[in-house]
Amino acid sequence: MRSSRVPSHALLSRALGWSALAALAVDAWWGLWVSPPDVVQGQFVRMLYVHPAVATMCYAGFGLCAVASIAWLWPRLRSPRWDRLAVAGAEVGAVFCAATLITGSIWGRASWGVWWTWDARLTLTAILFALSLGYLALRRAIATPSARATVSSMVALLMALTVVVDHYATDWFVTLHQGETLPVPSPTVHGWQLATMLESFVAFGLLFAWLVVHRYRMETLEERYDAGAYTLALRSRRSEGGSVAAGLTVAAKHTTPAVVLPGAGAGAGAGTGTGTGTLGGAAASSVSAQRTVEVPAR
Amino acid sequence: MELSARFRSAVAFAGQYPLLAGADLDVGTGEILVLRGANGAGKTSLLRALAGLLPLFAGEAMVLGLDPTVDARRLRPQVGLLGHHNGLYEELSAEQNVRFAVAAARLPKGRAGEALDRVGLTGRLASVPVAKLSAGQRRRVALAALLARRPPLWLLDEPHAGLDAENRELLDQVLKEVASFGGTVVLASHDERTWDALATRAVTMSGGAVLDGVLPTPEGSGPAMGQAVELRKALEGLEGLPDLPDLPDAPDLPDAPDLPDAPDVHDVHHVHEATGGQLHQAVPEEVTNVA
Amino acid sequence: MWRDAWVIAGKDLRIEARSKVALNQLGPYAIVVLLIFGFAFDQDRPLLTQAAPGLFWVGVVFSGVLAVQRSLGIESADGALDNLRLSRLEPAGIFLGKTVAVALQLVVLELLLAFGVVVLFHSELAGAGLLLASGLVSALGVAAAGVAYATVSSGLRARETLLPLLLVPVLAPIVLSATEAWRSALGLSAADGWRWLGLLSCFTAIYVAGGVVCFGSLMEET
Repeated sequence: MRSSRVPSHALLSRALGWSALAALAVDAWWGLWVSPPDVVQGQFVRMLYVHPAVATMCYAGFGLCAVASIAWLWPRLRSPRWDRLAVAGAEVGAVFCAATLITGSIWGRASWGVWWTWDARLTLTAILFALSLGYLALRRAIATPSARATVSSMVALLMALTVVVDHYATDWFVTLHQGETLPVPSPTVHGWQLATMLESFVAFGLLFAWLVVHRYRMETLEERYDAGAYTLALRSRRSEGGSVAAGLTVAAKHTTPAVVLPGAGAGAGAGTGTGTGTLGGAAASSVSAQRTVEVPAR
Repeated sequence: MELSARFRSAVAFAGQYPLLAGADLDVGTGEILVLRGANGAGKTSLLRALAGLLPLFAGEAMVLGLDPTVDARRLRPQVGLLGHHNGLYEELSAEQNVRFAVAAARLPKGRAGEALDRVGLTGRLASVPVAKLSAGQRRRVALAALLARRPPLWLLDEPHAGLDAENRELLDQVLKEVASFGGTVVLASHDERTWDALATRAVTMSGGAVLDGVLPTPEGSGPAMGQAVELRKALEGLEGLPDLPDLPDAPDLPDAPDLPDAPDVHDVHHVHEATGGQLHQAVPEEVTNVA
Repeated sequence: MWRDAWVIAGKDLRIEARSKVALNQLGPYAIVVLLIFGFAFDQDRPLLTQAAPGLFWVGVVFSGVLAVQRSLGIESADGALDNLRLSRLEPAGIFLGKTVAVALQLVVLELLLAFGVVVLFHSELAGAGLLLASGLVSALGVAAAGVAYATVSSGLRARETLLPLLLVPVLAPIVLSATEAWRSALGLSAADGWRWLGLLSCFTAIYVAGGVVCFGSLMEET
């Protein structure tokens, strides 16, 4: 499957990666030099150009996870790509959640004097982070792919609920955390501060997208590897026994590389690249026809 | 012969470990079928697959006219499974346990008493907590719970293990009665006495497959097979993916030695190294005791 | 579904009546937790009185984790979970039955803990209606989330350590709301306790409904 042109998928991720880098650089430039210090907060306002964007991307990650989980749970839409998207969203969301807590803590130390306080928004964000760690631990603990996807989907919905409550926490509860900075139509920041803040959303948004795309690809590659491992595992299992009944051909979709071993009495094996492996054993029983067992990848 | 169950190329996984690696089996109605095979051959997994407790990854299956992967909810109440464990609540008495099983099956309460009488657990034995009963007596309680439900398909996993002669006799009697009333019995057993005394047919399992499980059928007959359609659809979906970077070519593998009837398992190790050593993770700890 | 729940709840409560685990083991454990809090805060009386609602609910959470582990443990001890899968019981009914049984045990534990808090931390119980209501509602919420997660973890490796990790963040909103409700009832804060009870009821309803809907899938082998 070698082609001379770069696959479109790689082009997308390269474009995302470079533009994210550029946008982050712009954010740093505007944030640290161009935009003025705040009347009230002084230099510490520059956190405005990191923290809200990071927090929003954290929500985006868990939101993506929730949508993908619903798609997995929906009978007609079920497909492994939703599960891959869900875990990509959750992991990237967890990373951004940690970044939110860290940047928020630094900003809190700077402007409130404390590293942490137990107000509603901070507490809910901490709960969200703990929930995401639980989600990832659960995924690691369950081996069967379909069961893993179903159970983690349900947890993802709970995380989404927490995101919603967290977002409205500054409205619903009396909190120390400041309220919405960007209520339309009259935002509370202007000029360069507003511009830089909006640009930071773009920058971190691109970064988020790039990370999700890569995590998704990682998951797909793992799945392809697993499909090959299933083939090998089946062969190994069959050969555990004594006289093996029949040769068994396992066709795994989209699997490369193929494992072809010459088996006594079997016909010329399938070539590489078609994705079939011939499981060994002499064909030595009354049921002699080779049967194809489809092993869907997963 | 009418078939209670039919498997063709059934594959089932636990994580990445194949419990069943292409099992073919026919089970006729009213027969007592014995599964023979070494430990780890897949006997327990096959029984669980017949019960609809183990979803199939690939292959075709039909049990009592239903697809065990898709229609498990409808199939399971018609199956009775007696595994290595008895499935009892230790703090409750035999009578309470059987009554619970009957209530859970939505059957009339009287069945509990009849079943306990049949297995000889009456009076004091029926009303002490199960924890105080001997292993043989606990088996009898579990047997009574099955009897009370009277499912059309009985699946037993090494039921004679640890039983004395009297209990074995009782068990054999009960199973023969079940078969004579049209029920089907499939049991996994190491015990040669069982094979001779009880079974109408015996098949051997090895390496996750059944070696001689297929009954000859006249062309064109046979029940409709359920395909694990929903499962397949759920597991499809790699098409339409954007192109991924090319994976490296498969490394050249050394020639496998001529395979005698028992293929050399060491072949796997060459492949193992070539694929980066992931295969050793294929056997999770918890399945090493699965028969 | 309700009939199935009745069958399961009856069975679980009968087992508890025979074995008395909640009474003989979880109860003393809860009291010991309170004692340790007392030692840790070095018998600082005003602090303990202030902190009593929170400590009470932490005690409930710790006992709750053990209670749900026990509830699922009786099924997995002898492979009885398979029999439940093979029965005609609806999974939603099994879930509700187990949840109600655990919730009842938790209510008893809460009464014991309340007694402990009054004696050890010198709390003065007031606002009984709010205390009672939040106690009942949160017992149900803790039980619901606990039974769901305990079922998932009962089939997995490292289940004893996985369950707290999974469950405690999920219980955090319940603990939060219930603590605030109790603080308001005991006059320790100016917030409106009944609003917190409302939030608590929302979360409980979500957990119960979620469990009812999802339990079928959760019961399948992982």
